[in-house]
Amino acid sequence: MRQVIIIGSGPAGYTAAIYAARAQLHPLLIASSVEAGGELMNTTDVENFPGFPEGIMGPDLMMKMQEQAERFGTEVVLDDVESLDLTGPIKSVTLGNGETHEALSVIFATGSAYRKLGLPDEERLSGRGVSWCATCDGFFFKGKTIAMVGGGDSAMEEATFLTRFADKVYVVYRGETLRASKIMQERAFTNDKIEFVYNSTVVGITGENAVDGLTLKNSVTGAESHLPVGGVFIAIGNDPRTHLVHQQLDLTSDGTIAVAGRTSKTSQTGVFAAGDVIDPSYRQAITAAASGTVAALDAEHYLSTLPQELLSQASLADAESAEITDPTLVAAIN
Amino acid sequence: MSARAVTEATFDQEVINNEKTVLVDFWAEWCGPCRAVSPILDQIAAEHADKLDIVKLNVDEHPALAAKYQITSIPAMKVFQKGEVVKTVIGAKPKPALEKDLADYLV
Repeated sequence: MRQVIIIGSGPAGYTAAIYAARAQLHPLLIASSVEAGGELMNTTDVENFPGFPEGIMGPDLMMKMQEQAERFGTEVVLDDVESLDLTGPIKSVTLGNGETHEALSVIFATGSAYRKLGLPDEERLSGRGVSWCATCDGFFFKGKTIAMVGGGDSAMEEATFLTRFADKVYVVYRGETLRASKIMQERAFTNDKIEFVYNSTVVGITGENAVDGLTLKNSVTGAESHLPVGGVFIAIGNDPRTHLVHQQLDLTSDGTIAVAGRTSKTSQTGVFAAGDVIDPSYRQAITAAASGTVAALDAEHYLSTLPQELLSQASLADAESAEITDPTLVAAIN
Repeated sequence: MSARAVTEATFDQEVINNEKTVLVDFWAEWCGPCRAVSPILDQIAAEHADKLDIVKLNVDEHPALAAKYQITSIPAMKVFQKGEVVKTVIGAKPKPALEKDLADYLV
């Protein structure tokens, strides 16, 4: 049994791991099998993470965070959580490979998943011109005219990146003014391959075997139009990834995991949450990292209040399950 | 066992004229999800070597084949039988999900 298991491997998860490991809690971090490193793995330059004045590539930043966490004794497992039981004093986490791990505390930092447009043709044409990963798929649109849907920082960054390949990138945004930061907007405005299409909602993606255009609806006039494009990239926001804990932790009306005030404490004793999964507003690498710190410190404090007999069962070895039967111990942690 | 690389020169021999069912993993160095799914495909290849050959094609080095198979999103995993594509899986997925997608070709 562990003292703490951290679920998630973005800036929140790894920063929690760095703090927990330095506090000698020997954390086990479940990183996911194919999304290890989180959202930053699919970005290019990160220019707003303090300490990197020249910028740093997203995957490089995440590799460094992992190294830093491992340097102090974090054990990283590249697998996915299948299910978890957060009730009671001992939490259990079951992985895709069938193994179950137990811990006295859990830090939940699963981040958020990209949002879909929710159109019937979106799934059908996925991999046939519809994409969510500009760094993966931009290459295939050399010399093409494509669309980027969204008006935030991600959309601006990806539109700018896509002009390396495409001849023309339309940025389609439902509003009148972009949400993106000024510097990202400026960069897109001054790029002569990018053209903005404001006040436009995507109501259809057209194409028989591959994307050949978008059906747009003007939000002011209500008029529909067709924009011929050979591909469409989507960056319209993210939703917190909470499906594993729906029945076990309280959520907010935003769909994020509810935490008490500025802490990371969830509705379940011994369970802490950090990063995008608790944050409907800011969702930056640095705010997620800070949030991970809070969770590690909260977990450390919680563990320090547990009886020594219980803590002694949480060994480094993560050995066979330890069942707590002593009623005074059970009472002490509940 | 790592999935072996195929090229334009060996594609016909290794894939099109292969007696066995072949999965071709279209990938590139700069694609994070491709690197993430690669060890999972290696595992599946090792566990089902009798049923399925798994090979990798670098789209950066062989764009003509990527274009021929209309690849616009990677990782793209295409299953070939007798030279024809019978199944396409797009995007990196955990091992159980991939095994489910490929179930028809693993047993």
